[in-house]
Amino acid sequence: MSNDINVNPGLRESATFDRTTMAEIRRAADTGIYDIRGFGAKRKLPHFDDLLFLGASMSRYPLEGYREKCNTQVTLGTRFAKKPIVIETPVTIAGMSFGALSANAKEALGRGASMVGTSTTTGDGGMTPEERGQSSKLVYQYLPSRYGMNPDDLRKADAIEVVLGQGAKPGGGGMLLGQKITDRVAQMRTLPKGIDQRSACRHPDWTGPDDLAIKIQELREITDWQVPIYIKVGATRTYYDVKLAVKAGADVIVVDGMQGGTAATQDVFIEHVGIPTLAAIPQAVQALQEMGMHRKVQLIVSGGIRNGADVAKCMALGADAVAIGTAALVALGCNDPKYSEDYAKIGSAAGFYDDYQEGKDPAGISTQDPELAKRLDPVEGGRRLANYLRVLTLEAQTLARACGKNDLRNLEPEDLVALTVESAAMARVPLAGTSWIPGQQF
Amino acid sequence: MKTIDLAESSIRELNQALHDQAVECTEREWEVLNPKGQHNIACGLDQNLSVDIHGHAGYFCAGMNKKAHVVIHGNAGQGVAENMMSGTVRVKGDASQAAGATAHGGLLVIEGNAGARCGISMKGVDIVVKGSIGHMSCFMGQSGNLVVCGDAGDALGDSMYEVHIYVKGTVKSLGADCIEKEMRPEHIEELTELLNRAGLDEDPASFKRYGSARQLYNFKVDNAGAY
Repeated sequence: MSNDINVNPGLRESATFDRTTMAEIRRAADTGIYDIRGFGAKRKLPHFDDLLFLGASMSRYPLEGYREKCNTQVTLGTRFAKKPIVIETPVTIAGMSFGALSANAKEALGRGASMVGTSTTTGDGGMTPEERGQSSKLVYQYLPSRYGMNPDDLRKADAIEVVLGQGAKPGGGGMLLGQKITDRVAQMRTLPKGIDQRSACRHPDWTGPDDLAIKIQELREITDWQVPIYIKVGATRTYYDVKLAVKAGADVIVVDGMQGGTAATQDVFIEHVGIPTLAAIPQAVQALQEMGMHRKVQLIVSGGIRNGADVAKCMALGADAVAIGTAALVALGCNDPKYSEDYAKIGSAAGFYDDYQEGKDPAGISTQDPELAKRLDPVEGGRRLANYLRVLTLEAQTLARACGKNDLRNLEPEDLVALTVESAAMARVPLAGTSWIPGQQF
Repeated sequence: MKTIDLAESSIRELNQALHDQAVECTEREWEVLNPKGQHNIACGLDQNLSVDIHGHAGYFCAGMNKKAHVVIHGNAGQGVAENMMSGTVRVKGDASQAAGATAHGGLLVIEGNAGARCGISMKGVDIVVKGSIGHMSCFMGQSGNLVVCGDAGDALGDSMYEVHIYVKGTVKSLGADCIEKEMRPEHIEELTELLNRAGLDEDPASFKRYGSARQLYNFKVDNAGAY
């Protein structure tokens, strides 16, 4: 720990070779294989904390908190689908697989999301009956591996999300290490039990946006054009990706920044590929606006969203909704200090645990061990998640009203300023106290 | 027999008519005229129908098929019978790449040649090709059988799991972790049955069997060069 009181203050730690870096060099030398872990990017990145709202005063008037309405309902998939999804709060649950998570965790996510009228999302490995049963609005991910993919589940879904990538690993496939491939997971994925399961990084039967347009048409034909089709991309060349996704026929585009979590990927991938969520949103919105499709093709943003301020800032930058993954797991109990002793037994600590791939999660969330999984009560977990989602919504409403907005989607970039030059450039809002947006003309 | 002429009807109208049969089956035999390479013909079927497509089909013909028996009297584009669950799909001509991709069940017969990535990520389907197949076929194949009466291209069965591959002709190269395996009596029996189902008159004893060496099933530092 860098603040260890026993360290001689005359000793100076290298900023380049800090203790974490040296520990990784020793680990690599010991094992000869890259570090695989879960969670999202842990490095310090320009983020929503670098933005502030300009509350109303003389030039703007605020809305009365608790009395004047501030709408949070959003309709997703209005472009082509016969049955768009209506969510009561713009905070959705991101795709996380049964396999990566326990069945109880998936059920808890479904319960919590349903209690507040929002959607949850399947993941690599298919749809479980528990998840479908507990999720009033369920988005079915269509992934490169197609593990567990079948047309019956496709037709049961309220929306389909074609996954091209995720923020933690744009350009990379997934992994599910053998200790989590139980009989049920293996059966759902048509794989031998106990193998280290690799997921493909690109779809097996199409390449490029022109093919994707035909694939989307196929999915629409199979579901008789009933449900919205999302396209999810990891944030990299977001401006171009969003334009191509619109061209390919998406109803909704999901942009996942590099802080977005994963169940298992190489650490080098998580920390060194992709761009911050903050930098991705303006690129996506610009692409949609230039095509005349902003608000017609809805934009969902994910990657490092933690509180209602983050939600409101995403909306102000032009998103229609957000998705949370890591934060939802924390709400369920991931990294909870009440399991401190158990974290210590597996060489970790509450607040630091990221070895989701090992399946030894003391909180019973990222595991397939039946004894550990019992630690998470899906009913109680669902209640906790619903509470958390309500707080996010209330916080976002509070900030919107303070800016004089009666709908979260009325928030706008003009309501924001940036604390740093970097965040001003990325978010394309002025540095606080100035009218300067780096890269733009005065 | 019900006839739908795609010179007069849209793909949407065709597929909706076929999907309606899953709710109430009023006609089991269908023929499709003038497909002219259009995409997504007869995809998402979920009924024991017989569908004859007279001409060439584009991408994803008979995609995600369940129960139905589809015959393409022509060539098929990319991803024919992708993710098929059951039933049969027969291509009288050649098939483009990714034929039978990720399919879970049923039988796909290609009477001509198949392009690259035939049977990619296959998950239980049986695929029988009378001609040859292209490179990277059966990449990450998980389960099922792939029979090739002609030759196979580069990197056959790369990173595959438990598919049984039978090839009569030459294999240009094997992919990572794919090896030639002994042809035991149970494999002759299995291959005989597959050829019979496909309606092909070939000698099972003239085929070689390929499968996974299972060396990449779990990460080992010694295999780092193969990852």
